[in-house]
Amino acid sequence: MLRFIVRRLLQLIPILLGLSVLLFAWLRALPGGPAQAALGERATPEDIARYNELFGLDEPLVVQYLRFLGRAVRLDFGTSARTGRSVTTEFFERMPGTIELTLFAMVFAIGLGIPLGYLAARRHGSWVDSTSVIASLLGVAIPVFFLAYLLRLGFAVELGWLPGSGRQDVRMNATRITNFYVLDGLLTREWDAAWDAVKHLLLPAIALGTIPLAIIVRITRASVLDVVNEDYVRTANAKGLATATVRRRHIIRNALLPVSTTIGLQTGLLLSGAVLTESVFAFGGVGSAIYEAIGARDFAVLQGFILILAVVYVLVNLLVDISYGLLDPRVRVR
Amino acid sequence: MSSGSSSISAPPVGLGNQPVLEVTDLAVRFTRRGEADTRAVDGVSFSVAPGETIGLVGESGCGKSVTSLAVMGLLPKRNVQVSGSVRLDGQELVGADAETLRGLRGADMAMVFQDPLSSLNPTVPIGTQVTEVLLEHRDMTRKEAVDEAARLLDRVGIPDPLRRLKEYPHQLSGGMRQRALIAMALSCSPRLLIADEPTTALDVTIQAQILELLRELVVDSGTALVMITHDLGVVAGLCDRVHVMYAGKIIETADRHELFARPRQPYTGGLLASVPRLDSPRGAPLTPIRGSARDTIAWADGCAFAPRCDSAQDDCLTEVAGSTVELVPDGPRRELRCRHPIEYPPAPAGATAPGAAR
Amino acid sequence: MTAMGDVKRRRIDELAARAGAVPEGEGGVSLTRSAFRRLRRDPVAIIGAVIVITFLVVAAFAPFLAPRDPLAQTLLSEIRPGNIPGAREGFPLGVDNLGRDILSRLIWGSRQSLMIGVVSTVLGVVVGMAFGVLAGAFGGWVDTVVMRFIDIVLSIPSLLMAISISVLLGQNQYALMIAIAVTQVPIFARLLRGSMLAQRNSDYALAAQALGVKKSRIVFGHVLPNSLSPVIVQATLSLATAIIEAAALSFLGLGDPDLARPEWGAMLANAQAFLSIRPELAVYPALCIIVVALGFTLLGESLREALDPKFRR
Repeated sequence: MLRFIVRRLLQLIPILLGLSVLLFAWLRALPGGPAQAALGERATPEDIARYNELFGLDEPLVVQYLRFLGRAVRLDFGTSARTGRSVTTEFFERMPGTIELTLFAMVFAIGLGIPLGYLAARRHGSWVDSTSVIASLLGVAIPVFFLAYLLRLGFAVELGWLPGSGRQDVRMNATRITNFYVLDGLLTREWDAAWDAVKHLLLPAIALGTIPLAIIVRITRASVLDVVNEDYVRTANAKGLATATVRRRHIIRNALLPVSTTIGLQTGLLLSGAVLTESVFAFGGVGSAIYEAIGARDFAVLQGFILILAVVYVLVNLLVDISYGLLDPRVRVR
Repeated sequence: MSSGSSSISAPPVGLGNQPVLEVTDLAVRFTRRGEADTRAVDGVSFSVAPGETIGLVGESGCGKSVTSLAVMGLLPKRNVQVSGSVRLDGQELVGADAETLRGLRGADMAMVFQDPLSSLNPTVPIGTQVTEVLLEHRDMTRKEAVDEAARLLDRVGIPDPLRRLKEYPHQLSGGMRQRALIAMALSCSPRLLIADEPTTALDVTIQAQILELLRELVVDSGTALVMITHDLGVVAGLCDRVHVMYAGKIIETADRHELFARPRQPYTGGLLASVPRLDSPRGAPLTPIRGSARDTIAWADGCAFAPRCDSAQDDCLTEVAGSTVELVPDGPRRELRCRHPIEYPPAPAGATAPGAAR
Repeated sequence: MTAMGDVKRRRIDELAARAGAVPEGEGGVSLTRSAFRRLRRDPVAIIGAVIVITFLVVAAFAPFLAPRDPLAQTLLSEIRPGNIPGAREGFPLGVDNLGRDILSRLIWGSRQSLMIGVVSTVLGVVVGMAFGVLAGAFGGWVDTVVMRFIDIVLSIPSLLMAISISVLLGQNQYALMIAIAVTQVPIFARLLRGSMLAQRNSDYALAAQALGVKKSRIVFGHVLPNSLSPVIVQATLSLATAIIEAAALSFLGLGDPDLARPEWGAMLANAQAFLSIRPELAVYPALCIIVVALGFTLLGESLREALDPKFRR
């Protein structure tokens, strides 16, 4: 198992290097180049020339790349042209919100998706089944930001049940420790602050979790349908095991293998979706920051954020791979 | 539950012996919406006594596996109609509620399947897969169950059982997997054991070992054994009585010696003729049955085997007097479903037939 | 046939037909034909096909179907901040904030939206397949290099990838198509490579090799054609994703800025600002996107089932 993990970690190195090359090249290829990225769109040609000299941008590309890599390893991605602050600082300020949001979305998608998919498979051909199949097809076809707008319009604007923007009511004046607002509320025992943060999370999490939910329902359903027809389930029934044992040990355990792989891939979808959802709900996480950066052509922020998010995505998939190894003994020995 | 060790030589002939399993007029119909019903099994009757081994023989698709699944109550509930009667020690199983059947399965009747790899759960250690039966049906603590599981693995000839208990199916060889499955099936000393092509997926050398193991176990415990197979070699080595099935019906029933010596149904004859044997009648070439099991007609229209049968006559293709070709007594302890069976010159009674041993 | 004459032979055939058995000679139907036959009987496929064909027809005949000029601004006198006139005589779905007829814009928009979907998917398929064939046909270090590159591209979440390409290329419809295509490339490359590797090690490929068939002939004559069905399925599903992704990019302000080309994504993005006044403005283009995406998805899913030999009966 340890060898398996070490090997996967080693495989990360070329991917991370490749990513850095890609994003280095990206910034270089932008119209105006890195100088404009740093100084903003209104920079004069003189400004740009001065900047290029100052930061060694007339040196060979390899030297420049190595310098970029050196800074990237130290998590230094320059400063935002819009706010003048360090890109890394901005990222880590905003990341907790996005993590909270994606976690809530994932809990929503998994918590609802796996039971629903299982139920649909066990009632194969019934109305429960057809409804969940149709709903999951629809879930994939709806543009995330449109769904987010609908939820916001319905539950926040019209009905007023839940807040429609932000991460917490500013009047809360809550104490900040980790910038995870829900966690902060729990840590400081400011229960109302925690609850308010949760309420702010609900609508965006549902919007963001809908596509993963639809996919998880479909994969779980298909996987359970496959497993139910496996010989070993027949063996388990031939052994006269209790229905609950057959379900837990023989059906669900095996059916969850493909589902767990999917959950890893959903992370990419969630990070993509977070850009859209957070923009709609003015959520103030990493996604909103990317949206704002696109509008302001703040390239340093885009470069840094995309690079860090890609690394996060790669790491999450590594974790999923490892947990897959724990679930399936056949992978471990290979 | 052991009925004492009966001797190997004389298989118990169910006379004073109450049969363990009695199947009467079993029929299984698959009903799918928008499609015509399929009769997978049609009016099948047979019985097995303690310590007796019977064979259900036929090509794939003839209904032998469906029969065994119907006996075990393992057919899906939807789109399947089971009728007739299946009695295990006198208890009716057709129409019995799911809980009753579940209590009997694994405890009083057990089954061994064809493909040992796919029949074992790949993500659960062998040990758990054995102990779960014991914990379900026998009043044991986890510790006792583990000890008993090790004893069972040892009994079916798996060396170093305590280590094997912790291993996963993919770490075992094919023969070991089948032994493990047999251990699971035997863990509660069932009265009835159904083995569905237990050796088909194994190497030839392993096949013989597994068959020998099954034979020993039956003899030791007096379990009634139903062997489902298309392999006449298996039948010759193991079965006391043989039922040949074709297109969902039994077409010939006889004791093993009789069947091998004088097959009456042309299909049985064909099966025997297509197997190379050292003691073939002189001049008989190795002849395959032509066509495939798909070239069939409905039993209601005559004999389902007629399209492939070399002895078929006009009347094989018509319903005579509104009835299909019936299964009728054909001498002592024999039954036959054929209008133009293979004829033999009268043989001296009691003569031992050749081909009994492989 | 010793005991039976022609008459009996015919009788057997007749009875066999009644029993539902397949007479010999008709058993071997080609995969494509049998897949097509199953598609025609599958209600899901029919619904998907009807949706897709309807929208294709609408797109093709947009100039004849659209009741008005999609660019003409009308009813301007009635448009004020906070008020956009609703449906009325001559404007069955009303007008947008600039007084342009919604129905006509939706009809014309189907052209641009389908175009973006199709072009970007075709681009993604072609480039992705080129990579996949390269990796799958040569194997060895070529495979390693290509797949590592694909892994790197795949490690950037798709929308972020599309955003960076879009920002790089500036805002025009071609940038939009390329941005979406780039996110599809790794999918097709991996799919084709995996499928080809599986086929390359299959018994028939080994048999051809044993018969001395040239390697290039095996790859392009046998392996590649047999590896295509997952690609076809994925391409159909990708058409849906591409159209949705185009809408997302429009929403982020990275869409086609040319106002002369109405497009659903841009209409939807534009309508968000008026959601509280006239939510229908967003609902109509969103519905078009959802229905088309659903159509492609249904078609793709039923294709998957039809082409999968596991489902053949």
